[in-house]
Amino acid sequence: MTAPAPARIKPLVEVTDLEKLFPISRGMFRAPNEFVHAVDGINFAIAPGESLGLVGESGCGKSTTGRMLVKLLDATDGHIQFNDGDYERDVANVSRTEIKEFRSRVQMIFQDPYESMNPRRTVFDTVSEPLAVQKVGTIPEREERVLELLGLVGLTPPENFLFRYPHELSGGQRQRVAIARALVMNPRFVVADEPTSMLDVSIRISIMELMTELADRLGVSYLYITHDLAVARYMCDRIAVMYLGKIVEVGPTEEILANPRHPYTRALLSAVPIPDPKIKRTPVEIKGGISKAINPTSECRFIQRCPFAAQICRENPHPDMFDVGEQHYAACYRINEI
Amino acid sequence: MTLSLENLQTRRIDPNQPLLEVENLVMHYKIKAGDVSAVDNVTFTIHQGEAVGLVGESGCGKTSTALALLRLLPANAEYMSGEVRLNGEDLLQLTEDEMRERRWKDIAMVFQGAMNSWNPVYRVGDQIREVLDTHFRGQMDIDTQTRHIEKLFTAVGLPVEMVDRYPHEFSGGMRQRAVIAMALACSPELIIADEPTTALDVIVQDQILRELKRIQAELGMSILYISHDIAVIAEVTDSLGVMYAGKLVEYGPTSEVFSRPRHPYAYLLLRSTPSITGPRRKLAPLEGEPPDLLNPPSGCRFHPRCPFATEQCVVEEPPLAEISGGHRVACWNYEEVPELEMELVR
Repeated sequence: MTAPAPARIKPLVEVTDLEKLFPISRGMFRAPNEFVHAVDGINFAIAPGESLGLVGESGCGKSTTGRMLVKLLDATDGHIQFNDGDYERDVANVSRTEIKEFRSRVQMIFQDPYESMNPRRTVFDTVSEPLAVQKVGTIPEREERVLELLGLVGLTPPENFLFRYPHELSGGQRQRVAIARALVMNPRFVVADEPTSMLDVSIRISIMELMTELADRLGVSYLYITHDLAVARYMCDRIAVMYLGKIVEVGPTEEILANPRHPYTRALLSAVPIPDPKIKRTPVEIKGGISKAINPTSECRFIQRCPFAAQICRENPHPDMFDVGEQHYAACYRINEI
Repeated sequence: MTLSLENLQTRRIDPNQPLLEVENLVMHYKIKAGDVSAVDNVTFTIHQGEAVGLVGESGCGKTSTALALLRLLPANAEYMSGEVRLNGEDLLQLTEDEMRERRWKDIAMVFQGAMNSWNPVYRVGDQIREVLDTHFRGQMDIDTQTRHIEKLFTAVGLPVEMVDRYPHEFSGGMRQRAVIAMALACSPELIIADEPTTALDVIVQDQILRELKRIQAELGMSILYISHDIAVIAEVTDSLGVMYAGKLVEYGPTSEVFSRPRHPYAYLLLRSTPSITGPRRKLAPLEGEPPDLLNPPSGCRFHPRCPFATEQCVVEEPPLAEISGGHRVACWNYEEVPELEMELVR
């Protein structure tokens, strides 16, 4: 059932049966009886140094997953086994007092560099805040560390940026500051939620390159959340495709792109526009639009829209992940017939 | 999808006949600090039945150009010079009342946020009825209007019963489809679509773009697409213009610009666009930041970021000159720009 990590090395993060339900309020005095199954029992693992892409359409639960992994949201159920060598814990179930220790080891980069920074605080304040929270070093030491990181993320000369405010920076520069902030504690694991989707194409590439280079240099693993498969292709070693709270397919990036097995992945890939007018796509038609996962039935999540849905799909619960070789897994009963 | 456009006006088109001619359009925003030169000397022509795209990054003037064509600019904008001719008639010379007549009827628009601009307390069908009321006062009775709106809904792939529903009952994609239905209501000759699918998920985006393309071909309409998404523009347009810092720097048939971009900016933009097909090419980042349009750089506006810049580029502004049939480039050194090579990764 669990999609295993690609190698025999101990995974950095191993997620088992992770679940997040959001109650739908029915008024102040009534207990909710309906839940949005935002994340509904997912399993994946990330090896040290690996970056896993989590792709899917809006509302599929990819951001909720990312937020649970850094403990911005508490999981309803399931396990997040985190192990960076000297800290090993199921962080889905750690106590509030222990959380600070974990938070020094994971970080998050958000989508909107205009909203994820306090406009009244300088670059130094923003980047050094994790150090202050974790009580690391003296102020001169923190300044040195911040300067080092600003240099690392390409804000040179760093002295010139130290006391600037966010409004004095461009979108690309702000995202560099956000990356510096994420890396200041030397984390092994960073959740990046659409870090480049607000940026223009020309700036996007330099941020993507910077993130890849820093991951290689510092041994950071990413959970890279994006709706843009072309970006995922350049950023991720493996891709997991989410649909309505379930991971429906996971595998090495190029393998998924060249050889998608799940009907949803096929539809998704066939809808991505190609920047070459000579290539004509043949879209895979699927029915209807994406719905919300409110008290979903137990059968396959994709059944209403699936052009290949058959008897077996209606009679059985949501399919487990089937091994299709090459570290490639897909959750579909009809995998061999399509 | 069944065709249901037979009662909408289908135009006979002559692809060589210009529909909209934009000539030397210059538009400034007046702000306290001075003049922002947002659209500078932009010239291009949209022919009958043609789909034209304008691409560029935020702040390059593509949306300003669209708003300028429709005369929907904010109060601090000022037309400095130029003409915008629709079927030979200069729109910039019309009175505000005459211009209002043209909007929706001759030129319709679909904006990015348009799906969020529906009035929540009126039925969607009734909001479209308002357009018909304005432009066909007394010429259409209620039943004809209803049949027409139902036809529009079918044309854009919405169930007819949605006509009587309220905006909150529509999903994002459906609301954007309804916006397109409204744009089609008066069978305009030209639709200006500014980022029509940017806020939508990729599968919905694909469905809507295909729908638009089909309707365009069937009705003989022209479309001006404005987008930052090069891949979308590649798929839906016949011709395209690349804008940088208020300037049109390259313009030509889409297939030609994509296979052999001649302006260094267009070249670098294409090299920095990732794709999910083909071999994994090495992406080249573009150094630097777009210029401040309060004080645009001297000479060619791209010269501070251009790897091919020479001394001439610093002092002299290159004209948008034709280099082959319909392909125009504003660069002194366009011959230096190499072919798009396929440098692969790993």
